[in-house]
Amino acid sequence: MHSIARISTLAVLTAAALLGLSGCGKETPPPAPAAAPAAPSVTVKIGIVAPLTGPQAHIGKDMENAVKLAAADANAAKIMVDGKQLNFEVQAEDDQADPKQAPVVAQKLVDAKVNAVVGHFNSGTTIPASKLYSDAGIPQISPSATNPKYTDQGFKTAFRVVANDNQQGKVVGEYIAKELKVKNLAIIDDRTAYGQGVADVVEKAAKAAGATIVAREFTTDKSTDFKAILTKIKGKKPEAIFFGGIDTQGGPMLQQMKALGIKAQFVGADGIQSSELFKLGGDAVEGTLASFPGLPIDKMEAGKSFNDKYKAKYNQDVVLYAPQGYDAFNVFVDAMKRAGSTDAAKILEKLPSTDYKGITGPIKFDEKGDIKDGPITMFKAVGGKWEAVATIGGAAPAAAPAAAPAAAPAAAPAAKDAAKK
Amino acid sequence: MDTFIQQLINGITLGSVYALVALGYTMVYGIIGLINFAHGELVMVGALVSLSVIKLLMGAGLGLPPVLIVVLGVAAAIPVCMLLAFVMERVAYRPLRGAPRLAPLITAIGVSIVLQNIAMMIWGRSYFSFPPLLNVTTYDVGGAALTDLQVFIVLLAGLLMAGLMWIVHRTRLGLAMRATSQNLQVAGLMGIDSNRIIVAAFVIGAALAAVAGTMVSSYYGIAHYYMGFMLGLKAFTAAVLGGIGNLGGAMLGGMLLGLIEALGAGYIGDLTGGILGSNYQDVFAFFVLIGVLIVRPAGLLGNSNTERS
Repeated sequence: MHSIARISTLAVLTAAALLGLSGCGKETPPPAPAAAPAAPSVTVKIGIVAPLTGPQAHIGKDMENAVKLAAADANAAKIMVDGKQLNFEVQAEDDQADPKQAPVVAQKLVDAKVNAVVGHFNSGTTIPASKLYSDAGIPQISPSATNPKYTDQGFKTAFRVVANDNQQGKVVGEYIAKELKVKNLAIIDDRTAYGQGVADVVEKAAKAAGATIVAREFTTDKSTDFKAILTKIKGKKPEAIFFGGIDTQGGPMLQQMKALGIKAQFVGADGIQSSELFKLGGDAVEGTLASFPGLPIDKMEAGKSFNDKYKAKYNQDVVLYAPQGYDAFNVFVDAMKRAGSTDAAKILEKLPSTDYKGITGPIKFDEKGDIKDGPITMFKAVGGKWEAVATIGGAAPAAAPAAAPAAAPAAAPAAKDAAKK
Repeated sequence: MDTFIQQLINGITLGSVYALVALGYTMVYGIIGLINFAHGELVMVGALVSLSVIKLLMGAGLGLPPVLIVVLGVAAAIPVCMLLAFVMERVAYRPLRGAPRLAPLITAIGVSIVLQNIAMMIWGRSYFSFPPLLNVTTYDVGGAALTDLQVFIVLLAGLLMAGLMWIVHRTRLGLAMRATSQNLQVAGLMGIDSNRIIVAAFVIGAALAAVAGTMVSSYYGIAHYYMGFMLGLKAFTAAVLGGIGNLGGAMLGGMLLGLIEALGAGYIGDLTGGILGSNYQDVFAFFVLIGVLIVRPAGLLGNSNTERS
């Protein structure tokens, strides 16, 4: 029943598309050779979910832009699958970074029968939404959700193209303790799945590497007043403060740290490693360290040209996760080509065997759907820009007991080569 | 000890902002017995208008001194907020003047939502950072950091409150306001145009809110369309804590609330042995409110005269 309905929809859509094509052809004679009218086309709907409004809208919009760019590129490339030309349609939905809203928009995409989903942005939204995609058999690639729980649930539909927090948090924690030689570390998190998750792993890894956690404070992802907790932290005299959260809090936090005269090294993870942080934090951002589960864009082979292309279309630089969003889309396209079908189930069959060379680097998945050998880069804020200071990569994707302290000494000293890779 | 001093400094700064906003609640309540829940949105509008003007002036490249830019920003925000309060009173509250008390209260909540959404349409949903215009100098006080911005905020708030007290207690307008707050009808019989007095209370409160908005966004370095909600709720709490309808009470309540919050967030973790973290900062203030209201239902400085029924 299901497939019959789908086929008839496809037929209608194809007919509509053909009508559209021929209509266009009459008005403006296409420069392309005469082959154009012959190819039957099929519409492929790709969902993209991110916070498109609210405090994190700038990051969500960045991902949406990237996916739309990828779709435009794919449409221009006239990709043929199973004798039909793929016509990509992007359906963008806004989850407002709200875990309660995520399943609602996920259901919307399921009802719209999208072929695949890129998203969501936050771990807190990706995890509850992944259940719905799994139930509906729709493949999902998150360009940015780093909480390990996302792929730990055992869903066959859940994939991601960034390293998870077991990898990222461990690298950051060890970097703080070993490279920065920090003995006393304070940790703040925003009590979201992402912030708390990454902060917990950092705490564990830093402790294992010999640092003492002198304060563990909390805020929320809507707060703007951090003076009280920062004051408390100041009294404990840490050499560094790690913040697990997003740039919307990180920026004002840095300003308030400066006003309080706190000199401790501020360290964050990918949530604050954005160009927006400089706008929100002003000159207080200088010297901040932040990790990113991927290569810096200027170290990506095609990073420069991607940023140029992005800038030409949207008149701004890549904010944060645009390359990952672009790659996530193309991993789907790659799977469709290999499967010879745009059917969600067929895509799912081929996704685990992905071996795709994207903008962010080679993409392969492990058995859980995590990216294999995802590199992690430490950035430093210098003169209003992020500069890569170290890329720590190639560590095998964390297996289940990854966060165990025993594994700690293995990665950090061995793999720190000054961003040459 | 230095941590404690620092928390005190934070608390007093925050408290003086709360006090300014609380005055707006208490003035209106004192006169017509309405809790104007939209007052917090006036703070938000004040912050966003002054921020927009400041950004505009910075972008214009006139080479104005930063302090002047901020002053101009506030100067632009004050009339906007006053006008908004005027319109708000005229359109939403005056038609309900003899209506049961619940009607204007619900209207106030409605006005608050409307204003939030209008602000969202104008300024969008993004967070705005307050440009680092004022070069903040930090002084060392017994190991704690005190910035000139904090000193300025507290001084200006004090000055404005003193000015308000002067208006209320030393001018004819103030006399009329006090008379109207005691009895609206009788004051009317004495030749006081009560509508004018009510508008005056709204508009003065709005001016204070505009200043408070600029203060709070420069202090935290951030402004957004939603900032008025929580701030308004806190200021309302402050007004009730001090005894709503009582000007001195609003100031005392604001200061107390600021201190309670700062100290609460700073020490709640130690006090509860880590069960409650500092993310419960906001909850703490409301606990204190409940506690005070159980013991003194009219608030700290309130009495049966100001408690209208």
